[in-house]
Amino acid sequence: SLNCLDWSLLTPTSKEMLELAEQLKGRFQGYPSFEYNLADVNAEAAARLTEGGKEPVIKEEARLIATIEQIDRAVGVVPRGAFVKTPLGSVHENRYFEGLSLLEAKKLSSYFHFTEPVNLKNKTLLEKADLDPSTDFLDSLEHDIPRGSWSIQLEMGGTVVVLRSLLWLGLTFYHVPMTKQFGYIYFGTGEKNLDLPFML
Amino acid sequence: EHGPYQPHEPGYGLDQPGYSPYEDEIPDPEARMLAIKNAKAFLLQTSTRSGLNLYDHFANMLTKILDEQPPNPVDIIEDISKDVKWAQFRKKMDTLRDEHLILPTFEAAEKCKALFIKDSGEQHEELDEEMGQPSLPNVMETAYYFEQAGIGLDKGESYYIFLSLKNLINVQPIQTCRFWGKILGLEMNYIIAEVQLHEGEGEEEETGEEVEENVAEEEKEMGEGEEEEGEEKEKEPEPPKSTYKPPPEIPKEENGTGTNKYIYFVCNEPGKPWVKLPPVTPAQIVCARKIKKFFTGRLDAPVVSFPPFPGNEANYLRAQIARISAGTHVSPTGFYQFANEDEEEEEGDLYEENPDFEPPPVAEMVESLATWAHHVKEILKQGRCVWINPSLKSEENEEEEDEEEEDKEGEEHEEERGLPLFTLISEDEGIKNIPAWTAQFSTNLIPQYSVAILQSNRWPGAYAFAAGRKFDNIYFGWGHKYSPESHTPALPPPVQAEYPSGPGITETVDPTVEEEIAFKTAQEDALAEEEEEGEEEEVEDD
Repeated sequence: SLNCLDWSLLTPTSKEMLELAEQLKGRFQGYPSFEYNLADVNAEAAARLTEGGKEPVIKEEARLIATIEQIDRAVGVVPRGAFVKTPLGSVHENRYFEGLSLLEAKKLSSYFHFTEPVNLKNKTLLEKADLDPSTDFLDSLEHDIPRGSWSIQLEMGGTVVVLRSLLWLGLTFYHVPMTKQFGYIYFGTGEKNLDLPFML
Repeated sequence: EHGPYQPHEPGYGLDQPGYSPYEDEIPDPEARMLAIKNAKAFLLQTSTRSGLNLYDHFANMLTKILDEQPPNPVDIIEDISKDVKWAQFRKKMDTLRDEHLILPTFEAAEKCKALFIKDSGEQHEELDEEMGQPSLPNVMETAYYFEQAGIGLDKGESYYIFLSLKNLINVQPIQTCRFWGKILGLEMNYIIAEVQLHEGEGEEEETGEEVEENVAEEEKEMGEGEEEEGEEKEKEPEPPKSTYKPPPEIPKEENGTGTNKYIYFVCNEPGKPWVKLPPVTPAQIVCARKIKKFFTGRLDAPVVSFPPFPGNEANYLRAQIARISAGTHVSPTGFYQFANEDEEEEEGDLYEENPDFEPPPVAEMVESLATWAHHVKEILKQGRCVWINPSLKSEENEEEEDEEEEDKEGEEHEEERGLPLFTLISEDEGIKNIPAWTAQFSTNLIPQYSVAILQSNRWPGAYAFAAGRKFDNIYFGWGHKYSPESHTPALPPPVQAEYPSGPGITETVDPTVEEEIAFKTAQEDALAEEEEEGEEEEVEDD
């Protein structure tokens, strides 16, 4: 939506779209129908599209969808214990989640990525023994590469924990310890911060 | 027909004395009661490990469930069970009192409490008479206008900042003060205040430093003189001297002008004491342009980078603040005018409010960027606002060096001219095809009260608003410039030649035996000739 009044549904994206959109650089224009010229970015893809009979352009709408998907996958965060996995495999909200304690809230390892876990199997057997399969089925933030790509701060006199992602500048996650409140939101230019390793 | 039910089988509940259809078939009630008692006894059996028994545990759990009535209790029954067991550990009456835990929230609140204490008004009045009213910025008003655009901090935080600015004004001799913005850091954030001190304050420290610098220079010169004399006497082959002459140091601008026009105070959180940032040197600005680093939140943290940054995080912060101010501080055109008419030509730095300023309507401020102008001088490549020729400084050095420098580097130091002070922002270059500024209304629905908002695209996080006569600039962000390409760090300079190659050092092929013999015979011949000459001379002398 451009004005918080009229909302349009975004369609889910395909893998190729994601790859192509990753290569587009620069700010978003603000018009969903703006067309990026693919030939500048990726000549092969442009050629493929022209062969197929379509124009070699990417619409900004597609780029927007792809960016949202990337952000969600890369830095969507939830606290540990907020979601449980049943033995049948389905994941749902833990209605008995009381929030993290103050001690746990300060540790980066108590927050998880809310996407398909990638690193779980790589953990040592010793670590796996400590895991509780109903709550620890997601990747923790601790092992994100590059190290230190999250900034964790206590605000408002220590009542709110704020996590800020340095990879996608503008992604902020908040949680009030000992309560059920948490959430994340993105305000920003929609560009990945590729300079991160230089900046740390 | 159904047989007699034992207590654990379904259908048990139908057993009411006197009304059950099966009474004649079930063995006498005593056996039933016995079965019940056995079951209950089993449940009451105390666990050898924990001292609990299942009967009580069930009773507690059911009480808890019926009290709290959580949705879908059957799904979370294990958690409930765990919680009930855990609750056993909490003793109601304990002879030992828990140490009074001070929550971190409480500590933070204590610090903020100090902000709310009203100062005794007596000291104030004396100061006010002497120096005139220091202007405390109305942070809440500015916050209100920015809030129209969705920019800004939480109201509570703004108020804390307001109070801590008030404290700052009480402590330091401040003439004007402004909330500059907030820069985010990894561990802690920075709240920054832009301040102008009263004249005469704050300069004492600087002279001390200058004196030290001069003394050091003199010592160095003396040292060099001695070395040269030594060389002439001894003529030992010394390791080749480095021919590297570092580029002359560009002197920093005076306090009160150019990049150091304002003094900045920072604190990590409102309530913490304000720390003054040191003035910025051109070398720091030049280096800050080449690096891109996150702030950690600690002012004494080192900045590890290439090219090596001359200073720690406080200096880097100051340099970024200077760049951001120079790039994004704007005001409606005509709001400020030059203080002296003569100085309109480029060097003028003083400006004052224009009493005849007529604010253009908000619609015009949004549509045309020509209604906004920078009121901070642009920083040149050199790192200063006013260009200075560095080779002029070498008057103190020996004359030889002077000439050399001018020859070599006179061409390179072209005079840099920056844009004059009140440049309209419509002339700001964008980056690639992105304009430098984006202007918007705060609201399209209520045009009479809407505010013109300006967003910088070169420094994401810098905003300005204007509503009639009121305007302000602010920055909320990480403190970095926007670049569509990735940041490429500077490459290290090419490896210097260790020594100039000359015939004395270059390797040549060793002479063969024949060559050596030939050389030897030639030498002997030469010696023989010399002896003859020598004899001749001696003869002559006589």
